Amino acid sequence: MDKEMKIYGVTGLFNTPDEIIKAAKETSSTYKKFDVNTPYPVHGMDDAMKLKPSKLGFITLGFGLTGAAFALLFMYWSMSINYPMIIGGKPFFALPAFIPITFELTVLFATLATIIGMLTFFFNFPFNKHPLHDTEYMKSTSNDKYGICIESEDEKFNESEVIKFLKNLGANKIETIYYKEEIIPTVFTTKFITFLIIVFILVSGGTYYTLNKLLYIVPFNWMAEQDRVNVQSASTFFKDGFGMRMPVKGTVSRELIPYVYAGQMQQPENPIVNPLPSTKEVLELGKKKYNTFCSPCHGNFGDGDSRLRGQFPNPPSLHSTKVREWKDGNIYHVITNGQNVMPSYASQLSSDERWAIINYIRALQRAKNASETDIQLVQKGTTK
Amino acid sequence: MNIDYANEAPVVEGRLSISEIEELIASPIDWKVDRNFKIALSITLTFLLIGAVCLGLSFYWGIGLWGNNQPVGWAVPIVNFVFWVGIGHAGTLISAILFLLRQKWRTGIARFAEAMTIFAIMCAGIFPLIHTGRPWLAGYLFPYPNQHSLWINFTSPLVWDVFAVSTYFTVSLVFWYIGLIPDFATLRDRTFSKVKKTIYSIFSLGWRHSHRNWQHYEKAYTLLAGFATPLVLSVHTIVSFDFAVSILPGWHTTIFPPYFVAGAIFSGFAMVETVLIFVRKIFHLEQIITLNHIEKMNKIILLTGTMVGYAYGMEFFIAWYSGNPAEQFVFLNRAFGPYTWAYWIMVSCNVIFPQLFWFKKIRRTIPISFIIIILVNVGMWFERFVIVVTSLHRDFLPSSWGYYKPTLYDMGILLGSFGLFFTLVVLFTKFMPVVSISEVKAVAEGAQPSHHGDSN
Repeated sequence: MDKEMKIYGVTGLFNTPDEIIKAAKETSSTYKKFDVNTPYPVHGMDDAMKLKPSKLGFITLGFGLTGAAFALLFMYWSMSINYPMIIGGKPFFALPAFIPITFELTVLFATLATIIGMLTFFFNFPFNKHPLHDTEYMKSTSNDKYGICIESEDEKFNESEVIKFLKNLGANKIETIYYKEEIIPTVFTTKFITFLIIVFILVSGGTYYTLNKLLYIVPFNWMAEQDRVNVQSASTFFKDGFGMRMPVKGTVSRELIPYVYAGQMQQPENPIVNPLPSTKEVLELGKKKYNTFCSPCHGNFGDGDSRLRGQFPNPPSLHSTKVREWKDGNIYHVITNGQNVMPSYASQLSSDERWAIINYIRALQRAKNASETDIQLVQKGTTK
Repeated sequence: MNIDYANEAPVVEGRLSISEIEELIASPIDWKVDRNFKIALSITLTFLLIGAVCLGLSFYWGIGLWGNNQPVGWAVPIVNFVFWVGIGHAGTLISAILFLLRQKWRTGIARFAEAMTIFAIMCAGIFPLIHTGRPWLAGYLFPYPNQHSLWINFTSPLVWDVFAVSTYFTVSLVFWYIGLIPDFATLRDRTFSKVKKTIYSIFSLGWRHSHRNWQHYEKAYTLLAGFATPLVLSVHTIVSFDFAVSILPGWHTTIFPPYFVAGAIFSGFAMVETVLIFVRKIFHLEQIITLNHIEKMNKIILLTGTMVGYAYGMEFFIAWYSGNPAEQFVFLNRAFGPYTWAYWIMVSCNVIFPQLFWFKKIRRTIPISFIIIILVNVGMWFERFVIVVTSLHRDFLPSSWGYYKPTLYDMGILLGSFGLFFTLVVLFTKFMPVVSISEVKAVAEGAQPSHHGDSN
């Protein structure tokens, strides 16, 4: 026998379950470090081997309770504290509705912990290099024999005595199992590090590719790139070529106040009166709406300096004497009905918004054509 | 675990020795790939391919290819989901509930039924995912930290379903694998091929049949069975909540959870028996999966079929007893409306034909049993069809009533799910022991000590 080989233990085989029970009983009264190998669990063996009850249940209990507590607390935190939301009239902490998930997570935690705990903590698995593997003994107990193995770690172990002991029990095929003490290789071999690097590259590359490329190709992008008409774009579908549609004829908006001179080309004799005061809020609204709807053609300050680079005829300045002398109702008439190439804005601006724009235009006019008194007021800081 | 096996009829017929049992179960794995295997696999793969093509087209063009539309938005995909989840339940029932009830005849069929559970949940899982239209975004179903601090709605039955089905799959897989570890060790010690030995070694994790391990192993098995039992009941209960928690007449009933669980076991046993009838013949396992097994499964089918029949009746009674005209309309419409054909297929396949199992002769005649259980499989698919479609197709507004018809794509995907299921079954029978070797050895005659450790 090789000098480096050490004895693991001595094994013996038995043919019937009755024999193995008897042998286990006898062995357990003499030796402590021994094991019984049977192709299936033999009943009564726990007592025969004098084994203490399995403590596996404690792992199950501990992790089961952890799962339940985690599920309940997490749902409580997310639905009552982090983002409280009332759903279906239930309270924030809707215990009955939390029960199903609590139960599922309890089961999941408990079972996984039981199995992983048993395999790693109780069994020390995976353990394919155990000395008993690939022995005749293992092959027989895997099939239909019942074996007993007295290990060399036992205090009373003595090879010849153990062989005699087993012979007396009636065991056949008594065998001494040897093993080579192996130096456990360090984890950080080149192979393992290469493996880690490859895993890292595959996982990070795969994640990057999925999130940044894959989800942007057909058909995954079909929610983002739909067949639709964008605002202000042309359409070949409608006869007039416009993507945006006019309201159906006769459509009345909710805040509509009918304009008495609607559709009349000339300026009215008695233009209607501006109902809005020139307050700060009104001017702010007017400024916003003016900048959105009027400024592309009339310019930011009403000078008629269009931003459209000749794509549309430039309108006249709003600071002409004619416009300055107009009543508010005259400007309202133009915005509502349109004039020359300027279309009506009645469908895009409510009447209040139109009046607000007019107030803002008045402010622009006063600023552009300020009188001496205005300048003095500004310098005093009391402009009204 | 001390049970008196002394005075029971033998589970394994023919007084096989323990090594003969092992030979019988493990040798088919070493058989050469034969013609029958190739034919079976090519048929199942063809079905799978049809399903894959239909699914690919559905992904490319969108789920408008299916028949789902207002008012029937939950149509065949959800029918298929409930159908397949139900099939899975028999496996856990056999492996866990019958284990706790100390029914040792379960050992012959438990492994196979557990494998079918796993494959059935795989098939089931496809359907809710594809029904969302964009399954690649399914990660949103799980709570994950995000910059909106937005969480999923934990009070929704649909979210319960996600947790229930994924837990069920994980636990079933673990349960199945734990049962396989000793068998992998046995196969490892049997084989002479180096490749096979390496594979079996990896999966057996180095199992040594040590009794110090068996002790914890049996404990773990009992604990797992204890958890799997309420789990399996919870899963189909939660699936039924998907319907019952809504306020739709026809779905909003408290009988749904027990009714769904009974139906699930009913359909699951039918599917297990359908496949086992072939497996025992092909692999010559008649002595391990005996006629007694078939008879016992037929009894369970009779029992659960009758329970399902009771539920059908009780639904009508409650609809009448509630005095709610909407409820009454839905149930009358179910039985005598446009889908009357589906309703009566369901009732005859699920309630009427299984009553033949009252006769012992029929229970023990395989061809007749086979016809009846095929009808049960069909009937249970129609049960889900009836529940989903007939409740939806005529809602409160008569102006939006409709008649749902599945398209070819719907049926192609259903066929594909059968293809996936049977492909996995065929591969399983080829590469793994279809019956638990160690469990059957343990219940063979003379396998346990005669005096339970009192021998001296």
